[in-house]
Amino acid sequence: MASIEFLFNGAPQQCHASPDTSILTLLREHLGATGTKEGCASGDCGACTVAIGATGSTPKYQSVNACITPAHQLQGKSLVTVEGLAVDGQLHPAQTAMIECHGSQCGFCTPGIVMSLFTLYESLAADTPPLTNQQLEATLGGNLCRCTGYRPIRDAALHMQHHGHTLPNLYHFCSSSYCTESSAQPQVEAESFFKQPTSLADLTKARARFPNARLVAGGTDLWLETTQRLMPLNQLIDVSRVEELLTIEAAELNNQAGWWVGAGVTYTQLEPLLKANFPAFAHLLNRLGSQQIRNRGTLGGNIANASPIGDTPPALLVLDAWVEIANANATRHLSLDNFFVDYKKTALDVDEVLSRIFIPRLPSSHKLHIWKLSKRREDDISVILGAFSYRVEDGRLRDVRMAFGGMAAIPKRALAAEKALENQLITPESFHLAQAALRTDFSPMDDVRGSKSYRQQAAANLIERLYLTLSTPNQEVMLHAYAH
Amino acid sequence: MRTLTRLDTDSRRARRELDGHIQGDGPLARHTVKSTGQRHAGHASFHESAAKHVTGKAAYIDDLKTPPDTLHVALGLSPVAHGLLTRLELDAVKQAPGVIDVITFHDVPGHTDIGPVFPGDPLFVENDISYAGQCLFAVAATTLQAARRAVKLAVIAIDEQPASLDPVAAAQRKELVRPTHVQERGDWQQALQQASQVIENELFIGGQEHFYLEGQACVVLPTEDEGVIVHTSNQHPSETQKLVAEVLGIPFHAVTVEVRRMGGGFGGKETQASPWACIAAIITRRTGKATRLRLPRSEDMRATGKRHPFHSHYRLAIDANGVIEAGDITLIGDCGYSPDLSDAIVDRAMFHADNAYSLGKARVTGYRAKTHTASNTAFRGFGGPQGMMIIEAAMDDIARKIGVDPLVIRKRNFYRNGYDITHYGQHVDQLKLLHGLVEKLEMDSEYWARRQSIGEFNMASPVIKKGLALTPVKFGISFTAQHLNQAGALLHVYTDGSVMINHGGTEMGQGLHTKICQVVARELGLDLEQVRITATRTDKVPNTSPTAASSGADLNGMAARNAAHKLRERLFDFAASHSAWGLDREEMRLENGMLVAGLGESERRIPWGELVQTAYLNRISLSEKGFYATPLIHYNRATGQGRPFYYYAFGAAVAEVSVDTLSGEYQVDRVDILHDVGNSLNPAIDIGQVEGGFIQGMGWLTTEELKWNDKGVLVSDSPATYKIPTFGDLPATFNVALLEGHPNSMASLYRSKAVGEPPFMLSISVWSALRDALSSLTQYQLSPRLDTPATSERVLLAAQALREKAL
Repeated sequence: MASIEFLFNGAPQQCHASPDTSILTLLREHLGATGTKEGCASGDCGACTVAIGATGSTPKYQSVNACITPAHQLQGKSLVTVEGLAVDGQLHPAQTAMIECHGSQCGFCTPGIVMSLFTLYESLAADTPPLTNQQLEATLGGNLCRCTGYRPIRDAALHMQHHGHTLPNLYHFCSSSYCTESSAQPQVEAESFFKQPTSLADLTKARARFPNARLVAGGTDLWLETTQRLMPLNQLIDVSRVEELLTIEAAELNNQAGWWVGAGVTYTQLEPLLKANFPAFAHLLNRLGSQQIRNRGTLGGNIANASPIGDTPPALLVLDAWVEIANANATRHLSLDNFFVDYKKTALDVDEVLSRIFIPRLPSSHKLHIWKLSKRREDDISVILGAFSYRVEDGRLRDVRMAFGGMAAIPKRALAAEKALENQLITPESFHLAQAALRTDFSPMDDVRGSKSYRQQAAANLIERLYLTLSTPNQEVMLHAYAH
Repeated sequence: MRTLTRLDTDSRRARRELDGHIQGDGPLARHTVKSTGQRHAGHASFHESAAKHVTGKAAYIDDLKTPPDTLHVALGLSPVAHGLLTRLELDAVKQAPGVIDVITFHDVPGHTDIGPVFPGDPLFVENDISYAGQCLFAVAATTLQAARRAVKLAVIAIDEQPASLDPVAAAQRKELVRPTHVQERGDWQQALQQASQVIENELFIGGQEHFYLEGQACVVLPTEDEGVIVHTSNQHPSETQKLVAEVLGIPFHAVTVEVRRMGGGFGGKETQASPWACIAAIITRRTGKATRLRLPRSEDMRATGKRHPFHSHYRLAIDANGVIEAGDITLIGDCGYSPDLSDAIVDRAMFHADNAYSLGKARVTGYRAKTHTASNTAFRGFGGPQGMMIIEAAMDDIARKIGVDPLVIRKRNFYRNGYDITHYGQHVDQLKLLHGLVEKLEMDSEYWARRQSIGEFNMASPVIKKGLALTPVKFGISFTAQHLNQAGALLHVYTDGSVMINHGGTEMGQGLHTKICQVVARELGLDLEQVRITATRTDKVPNTSPTAASSGADLNGMAARNAAHKLRERLFDFAASHSAWGLDREEMRLENGMLVAGLGESERRIPWGELVQTAYLNRISLSEKGFYATPLIHYNRATGQGRPFYYYAFGAAVAEVSVDTLSGEYQVDRVDILHDVGNSLNPAIDIGQVEGGFIQGMGWLTTEELKWNDKGVLVSDSPATYKIPTFGDLPATFNVALLEGHPNSMASLYRSKAVGEPPFMLSISVWSALRDALSSLTQYQLSPRLDTPATSERVLLAAQALREKAL
């Protein structure tokens, strides 16, 4: 059992835990801190929300689901839980506001909601303009409450701005031994381990040496194997501290300008790039998981996971993204088109890791639409997701790329439908042909999220939406809550 | 050793009379509580546990500390829905690391059937498997993970048989968990035959997972004799006490059940919290060790019953104005594999098949279909919401047929003078309240102006369509099982003047404990802080009813009030007889922490602390129990007629939605609610119930979709696949108000009304607004079939069907 050293509500803490221990288990079973609740153990309800900050002079706190976050990733970090907010009996503004606005009923979700509000509060500067609904949704969309209907929680979020408060210096405490994020791992080879390499070279070496070990970045999907299916995760290689995987840099590939995005970059870290260059893609992020998930989940994880309903792959397919794959000896580049092989199968060899993703810049002449359909607007997995890019020249569609999630065993381009629209005028006929072609591209399935017939109909209707967007630009063809 | 503490004034005054007598403090306090101001019933006090909720100090079952040798239980659940258990090989389970005990059907010492009202719920499967998720065996180990991993080592052989999953087909085959019940009034057959117009339709109404955030959980501790102490997240401690005792084969007095609070209940912990307590209790008695059992979320979702899905059908005779003259309504409730509470639930659906409308001469028939799913159970509204759906569907359908706005049709059909008897024979009073409430909401929400602008918007917008609907609620308050309409309370005053109240109700977030404290503070003239409630315990208040049917405050509040009344009268009698005070019994009252006697210049005041200490020293009991039984109610099931409800609670909601008819996506733009709680006991808590109930109801009708595969295995078994409303589903504009100036016409607790369930059904307005938006695709000529939940998928397919019909 390896040791973890971190700050727990401001105090140095050292724990021993097996590699597959979650922060929630560490809190409730090892530390006896039961204020943080388990509601689902799958990262869907937010009852276990805690805040993690990097130690240092001004920690920036991020909300995460403790139930699916590996405890070993706390190494060198500062963990704040609901028990740690009140100082000398003085409640945090998030707590006071929740009481005064009658924001708790049964109270079980309340610690998680308080923690999400805490991270929001701590991120606000003194002169922050009033919170927008979008900010509130982003903060609280991952915290389910079954009692209140959320109105008093919304009031609490708005109300807490009126209280002045700063966390005591305690939380900014930084002794040299806890500031270091590079953990000194014992060199002894154990049957079970949680390796935290800090360089790509070390990562690929570990990958080659332990072919059965699992890679973990945010753990937002992997961790369900232990909490839901009770599979042991004995050998874990943590990619979240590998420097090369954490950067975003402008670059060129295949004579195209764009950005190399490290596979370990989280959605939250990716957001500024997308906001500035791909607003439609940034908008999709609002509906990808919850804030807690976006703080943990990575672009590389979403791709390497190869789920047919991953949200970013269809968008990246129409953007013509490439991936960089590395092993201990070499790196290679591959079009994302060729990366997905079959259901949950990729082009990665056993000794390889996905290191970076190249996203080409979208020329200003090109349009991008990403349309996700799900049962619930927030924090839900796609029934289908359609991504479209194209440009219009002399009234004709050019460079049409179209990709779907939820329509096949892998995220996949709709090549026949693309072809049907390429070089065509914007007419009902050409779009009808594209809809017909779509039926040859895909033969979707019935599952818990939607029927085959709904998927087919809805996908065809997204092509009609595209037509209406182009042909009647002044007409509202999407709801405000879904449009960007 | 005597503590040298200064006595406060009240205590000094009370002790003065002891001078010259034998001294000794005993339980006499040196300090007494002081009143500072008045906050009691009727005030918007915070939840009694709010400060504990926000700091993580409020303890739920899994937070309770237990001895280090405590056992953890995991369950072996059936993977198939229907079949015969032919082999259950548990040797590998027993030998797995950490396993201490493994039990099956054959290890149950007492009763093996724990059906709450009727038999049919085996604690463990003996031979017959009736649903996927049914309990086959239980494993106790030193850690939860060890127990869960051991469960997977069982070798199970099942002779699988086809699962019956269609309640309509089951009803046709007379596969029922209880006999069919009929309510009839007048010659409905003749009226239907002679009607100028008959309208008919059917509807499927989906079930609902409770999704209480705290899953089913209990901790059982052994006592020094043959008994157990059970800590459980539970709406019905007395029933769990009974079942645990019967399963163990011991007297009820050997079992104490304690419930401090639940992390949500909603009906899901009325009967279905008991099995886990019974299993843990057996293990505790076998091993002598404390035992913890909590269901992981997906097991909770598979093992426990849900809101009943219904298939409903109506045939109504209407006149030229769309007024119902007669009707025949059929409700088929999907009960799952056993009766559980389904008799009463389908009854309540039948009692609400009229909602706020006179059906004229009518028959309502309720079937209790048996299927191979978990036994469906109580859920906020208890069948009432499903019953109302069919008549609200009919209102919209009539409106399209007659070509009049649905609100006009609804108002024409309201219970009204001359049409104020329900199909089960109860007179509906407070008609003015119903009519006035709807008219006020109609004005406040600007219904007609918005109707106009929505019409114009829809004409100009081919894809996005807006819809608007106002729907009312009339909900009957009382348990329909008459004997459950009773409650007890236990009141203690300690010598420092602080007060402890216990009652039979349980706290699941609805603010019941807060309201009861407010009642006692009001009756005793004290500050709220001076009154405390601890856990609900079967050894404090026995033989209690479940906290259900919205009755928690109505029943237990009256019992608490009764206890406070009795204690107050005793203190008054004592004070009047206490010669040192020389007070007049007339006009005696308790207010602001004082006993006040006399009026004007002759007014005398005795502080509360001095009063209780003097009473104690004079050997007057400072403890009292209270009791309440609801008067007047009765129902004859043989005739289907009676007065099952003490009163009705009313409300109405206006919902406006926008629908994307290409994708089926929609958003709720605005909701206005006006709801009747009589004289509110606590407006903040009542508003919380109204809003929370509405959003929960909206989830039921929109995104919360239960799905089983064709073998009867629940596939929507986690929050990843079962979507309850989240923050963004809160309507952009959400105006909620309580109706003022209408006290309950019946002598309820301070003329308040129950509020737990009625607001749930206000959400039907959202579903009706979705149908309104879809109907615009046909210029309001056709009414869409829109089964629930009205997911984006169903809305899209309904839009598609309407477009094709309209061509």
